[in-house]
Amino acid sequence: MTPILEAQNVEFAYSAGAPVVRGVSLRVNPGKLCALIGANGCGKSTLIRLFAGLLAPAKGEILFGGARLRSIPRREAARQIAYVPQAIAMVFPFTVLEVVLTGRSPYTARFRFEDESDRERAMGALARVDAAHLAARRVTELSGGERQMVAVARALAQQPQCVLLDEPSAALDLKHRAALVRTLATLRDSQGLTAFVVTHDLHLIDPLFDYVFALRCGALEAEGPPTEILTDRVLARVYDDPHVRARRVEGRTLIWSN
Amino acid sequence: MESTAKPVLAGVRIWRILLILTILLAVLMVLGLGIGSRTIDLSQLRSDPVARIVFFRLRLPRVLMAALIGSSLALVGAALQALFRNPLADPATLGVSGGGAVGASIAIALGWGERVSGVPLVFVTAFCGALAAFLLVHRISRAGPLLLPGALLLGGVVVNLIASAAVLTIQYVTDPTRAIQILRWMIGSLDVVGFDIVWRMLIFLVPSWLVLLAFSRDLHLLAMGEDTAASLGVNVKRCEIVIHLVCSLLVAVTVAVGGAIAFVGLIVPHMVRLIFGEDLRIVLPGSLLLGAAFLIAADMVARTALSPLELPVGAVTALLGGPVFLWLLHRRQRYSAL
Repeated sequence: MTPILEAQNVEFAYSAGAPVVRGVSLRVNPGKLCALIGANGCGKSTLIRLFAGLLAPAKGEILFGGARLRSIPRREAARQIAYVPQAIAMVFPFTVLEVVLTGRSPYTARFRFEDESDRERAMGALARVDAAHLAARRVTELSGGERQMVAVARALAQQPQCVLLDEPSAALDLKHRAALVRTLATLRDSQGLTAFVVTHDLHLIDPLFDYVFALRCGALEAEGPPTEILTDRVLARVYDDPHVRARRVEGRTLIWSN
Repeated sequence: MESTAKPVLAGVRIWRILLILTILLAVLMVLGLGIGSRTIDLSQLRSDPVARIVFFRLRLPRVLMAALIGSSLALVGAALQALFRNPLADPATLGVSGGGAVGASIAIALGWGERVSGVPLVFVTAFCGALAAFLLVHRISRAGPLLLPGALLLGGVVVNLIASAAVLTIQYVTDPTRAIQILRWMIGSLDVVGFDIVWRMLIFLVPSWLVLLAFSRDLHLLAMGEDTAASLGVNVKRCEIVIHLVCSLLVAVTVAVGGAIAFVGLIVPHMVRLIFGEDLRIVLPGSLLLGAAFLIAADMVARTALSPLELPVGAVTALLGGPVFLWLLHRRQRYSAL
């Protein structure tokens, strides 16, 4: 099977600093829900930004569907890959609908505005993340969690094959965290969506995620199904913390550090 | 409070908004043409040769000039606010006008009245100054993928201070006639005789407007964040380069002709935003039209408030714009991350 996303020996450094991503090779198969985990500053966000095409690797190559990501026209790539950034700081008081409608821009010609069908898709995307009631609100008035849901809705309005989410659950409450993962799993099962999620929220991963990649100091430390990665031994290595414990309880993995 | 009202799509609203603003502009143009040290009506144009001269040689070029400068400055302000994601950005606050002023002062002080292939040299030097200031401020405010709003405005303040010191020094060392010329020009004036300069400006301004309007969708996406725009297919680098060049050109031409007319670029886009919403695809063309109307109105105030004494239009816009700027600062909680 051709992977939908692939990193081939990718290296990246910000300006003249030490490399943040060091020789990472990984393959994300289509229709899978994948997590990227690792300690703070280990290069997770940089790697996801490389996959989103926001950064260009210094060495190696990022492939999308077997083609070099850099060779795919930007708007074409935007129809295939959606990216939800970590922090959604909005300066201007756009309405939520205006924000989500921008997800339709890769499909809209330069001098055209979105039409009714775009509005329906945007509203549908908002409904998927349980935020349709926010449509007319100013995005600057929303809580961090609500903004996060709006950003996810925009990504869904893009109707991508693959969605990249950078810590999407960071500002979400318990209910919405679980709901977000369920939504991604539903879209995976019904539409074959691939999701690549950077997360510190290890409890989210098991049982709905298919695969986990673990970074340590910019390099790929481990990869495999959640049950293989979410173990004392692997997590202790990934987080440099011998006190991490992972136990299976009622079909899912609980993780804590003593 | 949660609203269930269905917002009207921008594509539906824009035509109504542009029609309203066009009518407003037309009304102000007619008023601007009629009002002045002497009131002129249509019947006089047929019978009175003096009225005809005043109308066609002075009044009409002046109103057109106000419209061109007002729309250009407002459009630049709207574009800069989106590009820098900063509601306080405008050619004056970012030091771009200051840079242009230094360039123009050098040309005036050295008596470079000549033209290079039909382009007044003062346009060229003002363009170089504006672009240099623009690049400098942008460079200072950038930290990797982030734009630091504080550094941007502080950078603009410092560039402005350097620019005004440079202009003062130029005035000090040049001969008194040219120093007065620089002073008069710096205050900002729309005094113009005939259409020569108006045509010359149009050649530069209209293509620049069209380029900025063509980028309004990209700016709309950029206003929501650089990563967001890039992930939605915007070529951010190319967009930045184009906006830098085009805005520098617009500021240079308006500064070189009308002097440093402050605050139009700041307050007009905010008026459009407050009335018609945040969508940049509306804010840009809306600012173009309202900017023209605003400067025509400010010029009418300048010509008539203390008639027969004529106030410099730059002073009127600053006196109106200054308080609005302060009010915006006071209300900045409307804008987060500032």
